[in-house]
Amino acid sequence: MSAQAQDSAQDSVAAQGARSREAGKEVILELKDLSVSYGNIAAVQNLSMTVHQGEIVTLIGSNGAGKSTTLRTISGLLRPKSGDVVFEGSKINGIPGHEVVKLGICQSPEGRKIFQRMTVSENLDLGAFTRKDTAKIAEDRENVLELFPRLRERINQKAGTMSGGEQQMLAVARALLGNPRLLLLDEPSMGLAPVLVDVIFETIEKIRTQGVTVLLVEQNALAALEIADYAYVLESGRLNTQGEASKLLDDPSVTAAYLGGH
Amino acid sequence: MATASLVVGGTQRKAKVRLGPVVERILGYAVLALVLVWLVANIVADPDRFLGSLLVGLQNGLLYALVALGYTMVYGIVELINFAHGDLFMLTTIIAAGLMVTLLGVTQLTAVSILALLLALVVCMAAGGFINMSAEFLAYRRLRSAPKLAPLMTAVGLSFIFRGIAQQEYVNGSAQKNWPITWGGPVIEGVYVYKLVMVLAVTVPLLLLMTWIVSRTKMGKAMRAVAQDQDGARLMGINVNGTISFVFGLGGALAGAAGVLYFLCQTQTYYDTGTQLGLIAFTSAVLGGIGNLSGAVVGGLSIGIIQALNEGGAYGLGSTWSQSVVFIILIILMVFKPEGIFGRPTTEKV
Repeated sequence: MSAQAQDSAQDSVAAQGARSREAGKEVILELKDLSVSYGNIAAVQNLSMTVHQGEIVTLIGSNGAGKSTTLRTISGLLRPKSGDVVFEGSKINGIPGHEVVKLGICQSPEGRKIFQRMTVSENLDLGAFTRKDTAKIAEDRENVLELFPRLRERINQKAGTMSGGEQQMLAVARALLGNPRLLLLDEPSMGLAPVLVDVIFETIEKIRTQGVTVLLVEQNALAALEIADYAYVLESGRLNTQGEASKLLDDPSVTAAYLGGH
Repeated sequence: MATASLVVGGTQRKAKVRLGPVVERILGYAVLALVLVWLVANIVADPDRFLGSLLVGLQNGLLYALVALGYTMVYGIVELINFAHGDLFMLTTIIAAGLMVTLLGVTQLTAVSILALLLALVVCMAAGGFINMSAEFLAYRRLRSAPKLAPLMTAVGLSFIFRGIAQQEYVNGSAQKNWPITWGGPVIEGVYVYKLVMVLAVTVPLLLLMTWIVSRTKMGKAMRAVAQDQDGARLMGINVNGTISFVFGLGGALAGAAGVLYFLCQTQTYYDTGTQLGLIAFTSAVLGGIGNLSGAVVGGLSIGIIQALNEGGAYGLGSTWSQSVVFIILIILMVFKPEGIFGRPTTEKV
């Protein structure tokens, strides 16, 4: 297949996806034919996807499929080799990572990357690093501590001394304090006890009701599809399938590959 | 899971040699007791000489601390041992000499020369900061994701370049240069009181300013965040490159201030000054726990005072043994507390 034919084929897939979504919702994030590589190794190839305002969109796929690479590229930690990242109508690839945060894209990254030797409180303060609206920050802080009461109990504890689940909560809470319009969550259920996984996923739904759009990367595909509106499935850096999350849950090929044959 | 296996390995080893830690601790306290006995003996034998040495130690120790801060801050944020730091300090002593003596014609330190001193401080701090930031921007930044040895060798190379610059005849030359500056004022046990006052008056505010920057300002927060996790910091909206650059600037500026003070105290310039003082300052940083700011100050003061007591105290071994004494103390400390006085145990880092 020629490159052009491949492109148009992909366009039509994207168009189908867009049609099946509710009309009238604004597109907040669009990846256009995005390719990212580490040296000579291609991590993501010709990925196109859209996230609409107010949605929970999930990006699923097996280990090494390029999910985290995609999020890191959106956050400006990696530069795409080709293709564009468009946020709220403007191209943002090439903008350095610390500037992307100011646009309203916050990420709870893979491996949490919390500041281990600082207290929970200091970590939360750093979440609001770029903001100057002191009153609103205090309000948001109160809000995330409502979402994660566990963090309030540990507010003066060194973050590195908390359990994995608590650290994960902190990573999400810290990202929320950046007052995001788009929240990127990279494997928030990684390494957590099942009870805590439920808590995290319930919280993600709560976050959405507060007007934050969520792009969720998960290996726990079942849990992700259950709360998401729309899903993209990556395989070896390429888009394999996409569709409404509820439909993918019923798709035997997806369930066989990613949900352990449910 | 690396942590778990490390911990397991540690306990297994301890289980094998139960007596080890106990003996180590006893030896540690014995060494500490010996040092205390030596200090007390020095005081009792000749209190005046002890006081004089203490003042000399304070004066030198504060200079070590200023330079040590540059090592420790840079290590804390990018884990680089900036071997060129001592030579950067040396360059600023030459700039201070050129500015104060050649350009401003200061030969005696009086009230009027305070203005010249302030000017020299501003110029040398700016120069030190600028050179260090340029080195970071031109060399270290590009090697940030390279293996650790690459920036280290770059630093060694820069150190030679700085020394080479200083050795040029139109800069300072290969020989030691003595500058015609005389100090007046009262003298206690061989210590010029005005020198000590000058060092204190410059160093203490600088150290307080540093503490304030690191613990209270937004930039300080950014510094601590970048030191712990660069990607994490970036995701918080922290300009990582800008923050690292700022740290190099700050370290360079402190070396610049130390350069002015060192020049005025010694009234000499020499291209090799930075090697010795830099090594001692680096040792101070390690002694205090590298990456720890108060550690660098405590380390610098300890080494300054130990050296001075060894050279001027009643039971000192004399100046030829000074470096040996300092490093023996360092080695003993490293055996009992490898992370330094205020350092974090490395297991926490894993």
